[in-house]
Amino acid sequence: MGATATRAAPRRGRVSAPRGDLPVYRGKFGSEQAERLLWRAGFGPKAGQSEELAKRGMRGAVLSLTRPTDRSLDGPAPVLEKGQPLQPYSVWGNDVLWWLDRMVRTRAPLIERMTLTWHDWFATSNEQVNSQLLMIRQNETQRALCLTSFPELLTAITTDPAMQVYLTLVGSTKADPNENYAREMQELFTLGVDDGYTEKDVREQARALTGFTSTWNPTTGQQEDFHFDAALHDAGIKVIYGHRGNFGWRDSLRLALERPHHARFFVTKLWSYFSAEPLSARDTRAAEALYLSSGKQIRPLVEAMLMHPTIHAGARMVKPPIVQIAGMLRSINRYIDTDAWAWESSLLGQMPFYPPNVGGWDATSWLNTGTWLARFNLTGQMIVTDKVLNPSTAKVSKHPKDLTDEAIAFWGNPTVSAATRRALSAYAQSAAIDSATATWERESYPVLALNALRALVVASPDYQTC
Amino acid sequence: MSQKRPVDRSCACQDFNRAEFIRRGVAQAGKGLPSIEAGMPTPAGTGLSRRTFVLSSAGLLLSVYGAGHVLDPKVFEAGIAQAASDGANQPVIVSVYLQGGIDSMSVLYPVGDPLYATYRPSLGLAPDAGPVFTEDSSLHWNPLAAPLAQLHAEGKVSVMPTVGYTDPNQSHFTSRHYYEVGATDANLATGWLGRYLDIVGTKDNPLQGLCLDYALQPALATARMPVATIDLPTDYSFYAEGVWGPPQTVMYNTFDAFGEVAAASHDPAMEQSGDAARASNRLREQLLQFQPAAGTTAPPLPAGYPSATDEFPARMAAVAKMLAAGLPIQCVSVTTDSVFDTHEGQAAPFDAGLGEAVQTIYAFQRDLEARGLADRVLMLVWSEFGRRPQENASAGTDHGAAGCGFVIGTQAAGTMIGEWQGLSTGLDALGNLTETADFRGVYCSVLEQWLKQDAKAVIPGAASFTRVPVVKS
Repeated sequence: MGATATRAAPRRGRVSAPRGDLPVYRGKFGSEQAERLLWRAGFGPKAGQSEELAKRGMRGAVLSLTRPTDRSLDGPAPVLEKGQPLQPYSVWGNDVLWWLDRMVRTRAPLIERMTLTWHDWFATSNEQVNSQLLMIRQNETQRALCLTSFPELLTAITTDPAMQVYLTLVGSTKADPNENYAREMQELFTLGVDDGYTEKDVREQARALTGFTSTWNPTTGQQEDFHFDAALHDAGIKVIYGHRGNFGWRDSLRLALERPHHARFFVTKLWSYFSAEPLSARDTRAAEALYLSSGKQIRPLVEAMLMHPTIHAGARMVKPPIVQIAGMLRSINRYIDTDAWAWESSLLGQMPFYPPNVGGWDATSWLNTGTWLARFNLTGQMIVTDKVLNPSTAKVSKHPKDLTDEAIAFWGNPTVSAATRRALSAYAQSAAIDSATATWERESYPVLALNALRALVVASPDYQTC
Repeated sequence: MSQKRPVDRSCACQDFNRAEFIRRGVAQAGKGLPSIEAGMPTPAGTGLSRRTFVLSSAGLLLSVYGAGHVLDPKVFEAGIAQAASDGANQPVIVSVYLQGGIDSMSVLYPVGDPLYATYRPSLGLAPDAGPVFTEDSSLHWNPLAAPLAQLHAEGKVSVMPTVGYTDPNQSHFTSRHYYEVGATDANLATGWLGRYLDIVGTKDNPLQGLCLDYALQPALATARMPVATIDLPTDYSFYAEGVWGPPQTVMYNTFDAFGEVAAASHDPAMEQSGDAARASNRLREQLLQFQPAAGTTAPPLPAGYPSATDEFPARMAAVAKMLAAGLPIQCVSVTTDSVFDTHEGQAAPFDAGLGEAVQTIYAFQRDLEARGLADRVLMLVWSEFGRRPQENASAGTDHGAAGCGFVIGTQAAGTMIGEWQGLSTGLDALGNLTETADFRGVYCSVLEQWLKQDAKAVIPGAASFTRVPVVKS
């Protein structure tokens, strides 16, 4: 990057990177900025993590996420309500819990967050695949390759059984070619809709991609032994993007990745996972140059993006539902001990392994009156019964400000704006003080108010965004 | 049970959750039957974008399909208000899908046919079991269908003993697709009611096509106009554990405060959250009248609806309630919870399913009549195919071809559409019932006689299908 510091760095981070590089954030990097980075590039902080990360400085913080030295999990193994172990391959929802557990316990949050990114990018739904085993194997592939090279990742996804079932690439043969994968590979994975390819290219790419097959196991009712069979491949001459040749499936991917349209599509889409504000034209060109010069590596681009001023001082993003669920669990130091999160994630609008379609989730409209209701009611599930304050036994402060502070502290002291604090304190005043007249009300209403404040803190616009 | 969960998910067992989730369909239109058959068409509506939001004026949780860029709830609010004032007396069509392929010969059983006992040695019903079908005494109503016989006696049911199409397809998925799109065309991506709405609908009224389900049903899939789904209009309440009384009552004010804080922030993500908070509170207020009383889980259905845990009765009751509220609804699609795919041990599940379906339809009709809405509503009851006359060795029936259907309402013609040909002459080479009315002809007739719409613009090849009387002349 090599940017030079300016004397009085303004709040938004003064940009002075050399031409061709992405700008680097130069503003303050305290625990508030570290907290935001942990939400954007992970699943929020556990207790004390924002402060720890802030000590590394912005650059050190980003590199600690993109180059983790420890990918192990921290904390107790996931269980169901009665202490049973998960059965992620065979029991409904346990696949979601298996992954959510990783999000909650990981010491390398960006690895899980990038896995989530690729799950959305290469959206595959178990609704069609109907095999939690194949879905989890795909997930493991995406995790293993999440920061390697995009061509390598695309190659692995193209031959991935879950993807092959989902987009019916398996069984697409010379005699009966299927355009499904060829179309989405170009439209959603590499080039963008109707950008840099024609309907003729879709048909020719479909021919190049023929030959994948599997065998049907009548006992399990599942496809297995996924492989390429040259006898089922269309070995004829194809014309793709004007190139003539006897192209196979590797050529199909290579040709798409070599299209001049690919780099712009790639950096624009990748950036959209980290920021709600689009990159400027200049920064897009810089990102494309970085991507191409690195040999289409993912990690260098992610590092540069996470150091961009917009990440640290730009507009906020709505937390994706599964990110908020994982982050709430992290903040209260709770681990997987119920299957509720599987259906809760669905009610909130993002059930992992079940994206709505091949385009993935629509991250521009997570919140509406339906999903806002679900996020509010989620808190009732988050706080286990014995942590709900009982007005006949609990002793709490009767001061609105103290009650507000206590409620925020319950969630690990997330950053809450002054305006939202005022709204919460106004509620505390109204509920705990103004509503209480009888003696028992003056004793018990502050307790009820604190219970409500805990729900209100995480329903606030501050907490639902980062 | 310490936490209040959504009412219908309060059971924690895996199977219940799984079944519940599967029924939600994960935004994929056309779900509901196992997608097991090779070469089946993509259901109409697949790939339409879905947006869920709440229509606050009606207090409904909506999933809007095909809305394109018109996603602002406020736009829909205005459009719905306009449509409601424009068309308070518009005709309504309610499509009721009996899923799985219902055994028509157990709904109207041909006990007067000499071959009936041969074809139905174990499933056959006795001559005196059910009431005679007055238009053809060789047929008797299943005793569980007696409420339909009652409505028929009142002139409110047109019976189609054998509705179908030539070259019948025996795949659930394919044949259902044909009925949903209104053509034997595997590639047609819009539903027949969806195409109607594309002509008569408006861009800002998703309620014009209303599906009561978790996901859009393909008959309503449009190309341009928005349509909506809701689960049930009663499912909207906030809950914070350990909060009640005045501290709960004033809690909701903070939702509005969040909206104000967010608006002042001028940050789009904050505003999305704050707008949702504020709209949620408006909706909560408007829905209070629909909310179950404290300590209860759901309001009782109006008298006559079966008190099943299934959603079909509650959804039909909700249709009547919403129509009574003056909502600008034109086309409704509802599916039975019961699956009539009775390959083995047919009798018990068939009886349970038929009983619930018939009682619900009857209660809905009476509900409409009591509310003074009956003259505006026509029901079309259908299934993807009938079942084979010859029962199989498992006391069940396999996929057949033509089967029964019904047009129901005070304005229904009330006379038989097609005929019952008898088992000696009315079967095709595969031993299935041949059709005596084409479903596309029925659709054309509904469009022309009930919805006053030129069928040519909706049903491919409309001119070639024989029209039948569906509405009283």
